[in-house]
Amino acid sequence: MRVVLAEDLFLLRDGLTRTLQEHGFDVIAAVDNGPALLRTLLEEEPDVAVVDIRLPPTFTDEGLQAALEARRSRPALPVLVLSQYVDQLYAHELLAGGQGAIGYLLKDRITHTTQFVDAVRTVAAGGTVMDPQVIARLLARSDARGTTAQLTPRELGVLALMAEGRSNAAVAQTLFISESAVAKHTAAIFSKLRIEPSADDNRRVLAVLAYLKR
Amino acid sequence: MAQGEGRPGSSLRGALADIGRCQLLSLAALAVCGAGALVIGALLLLPIGIGFLLLPPAAAALRRVSDRYRDWAARWTGTVISPPQPLPSRQAPPENSTGRHGRARALLGDAGFWHDLRWAWAEPSTGALLAAVPLALVEYGLFGAAVQPFVWRLLGDGNWYAFILVDSTPTMLAALLLGLGFVTAGFKLAPTTLRLHARWSRRLLAAPRTTELVRRIEHLAGSRADILDVQAAELRRIERDLHDGAQARLVTLGMTLDEATRLLDRDPAAARALLHEVRATSQRALQDLRELVHGVLPPILADRGLGDAVRSLALDSHLDVRIETALPGRLPAPVESAGYFAVAELLANAAKHSGAPEVHIRLSHTDGALRATVTDEGRGGADPDGSGLQGVRRRLDPFDGTLVLHSPPGGPTTATLEIPCASSSPKTSSSSGTD
Repeated sequence: MRVVLAEDLFLLRDGLTRTLQEHGFDVIAAVDNGPALLRTLLEEEPDVAVVDIRLPPTFTDEGLQAALEARRSRPALPVLVLSQYVDQLYAHELLAGGQGAIGYLLKDRITHTTQFVDAVRTVAAGGTVMDPQVIARLLARSDARGTTAQLTPRELGVLALMAEGRSNAAVAQTLFISESAVAKHTAAIFSKLRIEPSADDNRRVLAVLAYLKR
Repeated sequence: MAQGEGRPGSSLRGALADIGRCQLLSLAALAVCGAGALVIGALLLLPIGIGFLLLPPAAAALRRVSDRYRDWAARWTGTVISPPQPLPSRQAPPENSTGRHGRARALLGDAGFWHDLRWAWAEPSTGALLAAVPLALVEYGLFGAAVQPFVWRLLGDGNWYAFILVDSTPTMLAALLLGLGFVTAGFKLAPTTLRLHARWSRRLLAAPRTTELVRRIEHLAGSRADILDVQAAELRRIERDLHDGAQARLVTLGMTLDEATRLLDRDPAAARALLHEVRATSQRALQDLRELVHGVLPPILADRGLGDAVRSLALDSHLDVRIETALPGRLPAPVESAGYFAVAELLANAAKHSGAPEVHIRLSHTDGALRATVTDEGRGGADPDGSGLQGVRRRLDPFDGTLVLHSPPGGPTTATLEIPCASSSPKTSSSSGTD
């Protein structure tokens, strides 16, 4: 799987490259600034891009802008965005296109190598991965508004993991329950939140986020 | 402060009140005359000594009258007249002089006292006459409209009303109409007259320029001291947070790693458990650092500027927040920061106290000032001296910024803050709404 990497700190770029290579990814380019990233994304057409938000030359949201710009000419280009902090506004901007194949994670998540690599694969496959921190804040907010009040604590747990882009199997493993139990909870959540069920993982997460965003 | 709140010029009560105020102004001229005469008398008696005794109370009486006028100007038309320094006679006497002689001498050297006196001479002859114009129109109009129809027969041949010789029903009707015209004109003229009068009073009564400058310097020195205090406290907080948070966690991290290294061969299972601990600790350290950075300068504010930073705030709030922005690109960083934290505080207040489900935030840059308005339809009655709002004021103070809170019981609450500043970039950001 061909990966383009954008990260301005040498140590992190090196570490990320190594991690990805160890897990069988082909890192075709590792760039350290926004313009180079945009150029590479458009020329190389990678299977997935792993992008730091803050890049030279402006050190603001150069990486995010380059990724969004590249997705304007190639709408379903899978992009996993990494950042030192997560912000709901950026999450919204990334999800705004509605095509999925988007990931948005805190940089710390890299330390959980398998989860990070899973996230890259999910995004490359067209799925959506949101950082647990984004999800936690969305849930807290919709909780305060009473929109998720009718869910049981177990269902909330399943919803949070689902929104992070995890598969039913991964949710089952994390919560130590069976996959069929997860499926049952999922059905209950969808009916309580009145979300049309769908076989597509990506649409499932988008539906959840769309609901939570209200 | 801005010129008066929207006065309902069309409402009858407003018009009657304005006429009443004109009446009050013309009557109060008597008090001005009286107080002025007292002061002049005291000044004339200075050579024979009694003046020294009379001058302080006379000057105090005059000041009371002029204070009353300043108060009226502010309440009736929103024209703020900066008060002069208190009269020397009210303070402790200057050191090298004693008793009433000293006080009277200090008075003679006080610019505010002479301002009062100059005004006392001019007000009855000019200000009071000005105020009497709409009054006279109304009264003479009433004489024409309400009295002429009933008395013209009794008054006989020589009864003129203005330029009309009233001697028949048609001329009586003309006088009636003319009278009504005078009354209307008087009512229409009253608000303008009051404003003119307030402006004229300000010219004469405003504190001397040196007083203004002294005040400004005192204010600046005070706010500079405040900001230095706040900065020092902020540095202390950052230092403490680093020391007790991230730094301590990193030390623990090193110790645990060391322990794990020792256990690696002997007890791999225990070593693995320790390494898991290391990972958790490193994440907590990162979390600490992240929160610290956010408290110093929210990254989104640094990256995107005030508009998007406030949008991000709105997304985190459980209220429905509607945002309108008309900002010309980026503003100076300190202004953005002050504006951001102030809006964050106001939004948190609305979420905590208003009980309203929806908040409206408007950001704009007009007339060389950043203006942010936070409005909710909540229960109102916000305490303008609450600690949160005081904190907001302290933040705005170094910029000469202002916070105006309008929160009648029952709502709605509107908080408007203004920070004078020039924008640093000509780039225009479009306005948009988010929930």
